[in-house]
Amino acid sequence: MRRTYDIDGKDFSVAGAASSDFKVLLKKLGIPGDVIRRVSIAMYEAEINTVIHGGGGKCEAEIADNRIVISFIDQGPGIPDIDAAMQEGFSTASEQIREMGFGAGMGLPNIKKYTDDFQIQTVVGKGTTVTLCINL
Amino acid sequence: MLLSEIKATLHAVAATGEDDAQLSQVDISTACGSDLLSDVLAFVKDQSLLLTGLVNAQVIRTAEMMDIMAICFVRGKEPTDEIIDLAREKGITVLTTEHPMYVTCGKLYAKDLGVRADAQDL
Repeated sequence: MRRTYDIDGKDFSVAGAASSDFKVLLKKLGIPGDVIRRVSIAMYEAEINTVIHGGGGKCEAEIADNRIVISFIDQGPGIPDIDAAMQEGFSTASEQIREMGFGAGMGLPNIKKYTDDFQIQTVVGKGTTVTLCINL
Repeated sequence: MLLSEIKATLHAVAATGEDDAQLSQVDISTACGSDLLSDVLAFVKDQSLLLTGLVNAQVIRTAEMMDIMAICFVRGKEPTDEIIDLAREKGITVLTTEHPMYVTCGKLYAKDLGVRADAQDL
């Protein structure tokens, strides 16, 4: 089963709508609660990042027999230093985003913490694809 | 601690409209006080109450993702109708209190909310 979402990069108030919809779907399918929680947190962090840093994009979420794979694809500025971005506390978020409660440099480390596999493909000036995988 | 007791302890108002009988059906085992949603996403546990002075729709979204059952906006912060509607849609209770964060946390901790969970973490 597959779901595709457009991620609006201009309206921060609707950020998280994709993660919310997918969480409802997982509940309907009877996926175990601990898996839903891990998927929800990782997906929401990645969705927020796509809005904040990627300027919006697309999300493709697939539920397979033995795992859930979710990709966020943006055409934003890319990540110049992935190692730095993976460090807790490192953030390039604006003051405006910090005032909204994000930008503490916990997003990518948090995604890694809650997923079984986590890949980042990024090209500076062209965009980023973040792929999360959680085993069932 | 029942949500009705939490409301009384904080002299709070239920912005989402639940009465005390409804709030007494919700048992909260711990609380988190934070204005950083990134920290909430990293550290919060089940059966939690989120205490925050941050007022925007992402507070509700974060609570939804974390299965947080109730949010209390501190220091007199008033959620917008949009925020309250989103909380109702997600089944999350929203309380508001005039107490600042420090006092809010202190009042609940003094009534043992989250004390056992805190001790287990040390």
